[in-house]
Amino acid sequence: MSERETGKHSRLSLSGLSCVYGKVAAVDKLSMDISPGEFISLLGPSGCGKTTTLRMIAGFVRPTGGTIAMDGETISSTDGSLPPEKRQMSMIFQSYAIWPNMTVAENVAFGLKLRRIDRASIRTKVQAMLDTVRLGALADRYPAELSGGQQQRVALARAMVIEPRVLLLDEPLSNLDANLREEMRFEIRRLHDAFHFTTVYVTHDQGEAMVTSDRIAVMNLGRLEQIDAPHALYTRPKTRFVAGFIGRTNFLEGRIAGDRIAFDHFDLPRGVFQAEELGKSGAVVFSVRPHCISLHREAGASDQHIAVQARLVQRAYLGEYWDYVVSPLGSDVRLKVAATPSQVFDVGDTLWLKFDPQQMAPIEA
Amino acid sequence: MSLEQVRPVQGEPLHRGRLGRLRRFEPASLIWVLAVAALLFLVATPMVRLVISSLQTTDTGTLTIDNYISAYGQLRNLEALGNSLLYALEVTLMSALMAVPIAWGVSRTDMPAKSLIRALILGAFITPPYLGAIGWILLAGPNAGWLNRAWMTITGSHSGFIDVYSFTVLSLVTALYAFPYIFVFTSDALDRVSSEMEEAANILGAGNFYTVFRITLPLVTPAILGGAIVVFLDTVALFGTPAIIALPARIRIMTLQLWQYFEFPVRAEVAAAYAIPLIIITLALFWVQRAILGRRSYVALTGKGGSRTLTPLGPWRWVILGYSLFVVSLAVILPYAALGKAAFSKAWGLGFTLANVTLDNFYSLLAEEGARRTIVHSFTYSAAAGCVAVALALLAAYVVNRKLMPGANLLTMLCMAPLVIPGIVLGIGFYAAFASPPVALYGTAAILILGYSTRFLPIAYVNCAASLRSLNPEMEEAVRILGGTRLRAIARVIVPMLKKSLLGTWLLVFIPATRELSTAIFLVGAQTRVISVMMLDLSENGSFEILAALGFFLLGATILIVLLGYKIIGRDFMLRRS
Repeated sequence: MSERETGKHSRLSLSGLSCVYGKVAAVDKLSMDISPGEFISLLGPSGCGKTTTLRMIAGFVRPTGGTIAMDGETISSTDGSLPPEKRQMSMIFQSYAIWPNMTVAENVAFGLKLRRIDRASIRTKVQAMLDTVRLGALADRYPAELSGGQQQRVALARAMVIEPRVLLLDEPLSNLDANLREEMRFEIRRLHDAFHFTTVYVTHDQGEAMVTSDRIAVMNLGRLEQIDAPHALYTRPKTRFVAGFIGRTNFLEGRIAGDRIAFDHFDLPRGVFQAEELGKSGAVVFSVRPHCISLHREAGASDQHIAVQARLVQRAYLGEYWDYVVSPLGSDVRLKVAATPSQVFDVGDTLWLKFDPQQMAPIEA
Repeated sequence: MSLEQVRPVQGEPLHRGRLGRLRRFEPASLIWVLAVAALLFLVATPMVRLVISSLQTTDTGTLTIDNYISAYGQLRNLEALGNSLLYALEVTLMSALMAVPIAWGVSRTDMPAKSLIRALILGAFITPPYLGAIGWILLAGPNAGWLNRAWMTITGSHSGFIDVYSFTVLSLVTALYAFPYIFVFTSDALDRVSSEMEEAANILGAGNFYTVFRITLPLVTPAILGGAIVVFLDTVALFGTPAIIALPARIRIMTLQLWQYFEFPVRAEVAAAYAIPLIIITLALFWVQRAILGRRSYVALTGKGGSRTLTPLGPWRWVILGYSLFVVSLAVILPYAALGKAAFSKAWGLGFTLANVTLDNFYSLLAEEGARRTIVHSFTYSAAAGCVAVALALLAAYVVNRKLMPGANLLTMLCMAPLVIPGIVLGIGFYAAFASPPVALYGTAAILILGYSTRFLPIAYVNCAASLRSLNPEMEEAVRILGGTRLRAIARVIVPMLKKSLLGTWLLVFIPATRELSTAIFLVGAQTRVISVMMLDLSENGSFEILAALGFFLLGATILIVLLGYKIIGRDFMLRRS
């Protein structure tokens, strides 16, 4: 298929993009570069500005500051903004917005007709696209006769068939039930692997973002917190917000004192951490994932220096793992620890915690 | 406490022959049966009677098709039927042309002065069409009409430019008071179209103009069509406006021919035969509507993302505002100006001199015993009809909603049936069924009250059913599990909870009943005259001054009631689609 050519996919550059409603900054000086063919997710809690950002990219909202450029050409700025219909993008809406008065095929053909393509090619393209999203047999149905997942596929087909320069998705899975949502994440990624459209995907579901994206941009209060590949975001969060938003974590607050880092009633040698990540002195905060701490009855001789004695204060068995809460002796710190089902301890047991310095991410205090 | 102490309450066994069955009998059931009987009496009897009498001879009652022969054997009757259809078609098209752009402007754009336009459309909505028609006689009478005189003064021409006594202006004047139906249906539907539907077209490359015609308007086609059908049916069966304009213009209209069968010698059987096509047309139209809509669904498919952003029109918003103002001026501002002038004049043709100003027209309305009684009749009959309709509709909706009887859906059909019976046909049916013995209600207040109740029963039913659906049945189940009967639950829980919406429903019956004409014209007696019939008489006598004063009185009363409704029930209860 011709869609496989990646040449026409566009580079998108947001620089200093802001959108202020009254006194509230929905989006605050956002900058990012999206490479041709890249799949980026905008991830964040509701009200973080991700949908506003998407609507600015689409041209439905004009920025109050900064610019958006597509392949070097400015398409949105405070002076003016190219209307949506001139951007050659396409978008999948939260409600799908498939037109109930048109059949599946008519819905998909809509954008092609506007591009004045001859009828025969429209038919071929529509059929090929419907086959790709596995709706080939339902071309003549009306949307009301389809299930939620099928409607979603119509929306995907309609958006992709015009070979958009940028594909935008606004929480497209939020109206589906849990099983379907899981299935459609992979479907969206499969389609991206097939066509390589430059894609911006808005979601508040980290699972969706992890499965679909090349890179995830985590947003909070209108600002970009961090943009990184999914695994980097999880293992090396840079801010407290990102660490807390993506997965579960423990925050360890300490202070660099000479060649040791002092925490509440326990300390760790500074040398085990990569020097460049830490400052010379002052306060440090680490994000430590629950499964990056291990629990032992005995402190092993070889790694004594990273072991801390602690008491088990709470436990819950969740089938796939044990969920323990431990507290270093004498400390008020409470740490969540995930352990395999075979590692059984009781509340009140005194244990050794072992930290893995490689998996402790220093974050901005 | 030991377990043995907790014994189940010793009740009587549930089944004990006939007595047991009696125990399970709910006294409320009797009321359901009575409600159904009343509905059958009010809705089914007149229709059945209409069909039967169309097949009977006047005196002996033997089976015959003579009535049909004399109804359709005459060329003028066929011409009237054709004229009526053409008239209704023209009115429908004109109404759509007026309503749809305004509805779009009000619902989906940044047009200014929306609430003013809405208020004036409400004004057109509550104006009885025959009153508007009289306003237009004052405006566009061939020589004396204001507009024509202004035209002659300005251009120096010897004749006017518009003649109210012509087919086109008849259609225009009718459309001016019919278009609010399409407006209400369309703007309501437009309010529900999610902006994402339009944005999806925008992002695929469609400009705003293209989007309106390819996406927005097609999405509300069913609403436009629904409104158009209401307008068409209303017009085919319209009596007042044709009586005022078409009669002097010698345009043959079906409803006028029908009316003439009630002049001496009364030939109600022929009228019945002649009215049958109205019912057939109605049924056919609903079938057509269904065929057009087909498998398409137009309801929003998914819940989320229903936000609505208004389309910015730039300078075009003044164009659409101008158009809206033009239409509402024709419907409300100009005719009421003319009526106002007439109401305060000694003679409406005399021009603007102080000597011509008077309050006598209002005086004579209040002073004259007959006029006073007529006004009282209209309001009391309408109030009573409101109560009857709401009570019947509430009971029927309750039975249907709680599935208390087998075949409950038939009950819905029975309640909605008057919707497809043209008012004039209903009037003739009522006359045929109830005027003569054994019921012998002719000339009584009861026949008018029952006529109004039946005519507006569908409005009451739709509203009652909607408000009952919004009520959680558990509210009532809580009464019953605590030992209250069903009737108690209705009286103490349902009615109090639905107080507001029942009052709103009552108003929606009351207001149209105060100006109802096409049913009333067949049912009034010498002692039961109502305002609408009186206006028609005044118009025949050419007493436009007193007529205008009466019209203003009716309008003032209606506005007061609507404002009261707004205050109690909340804004927009009138312009909501129901």
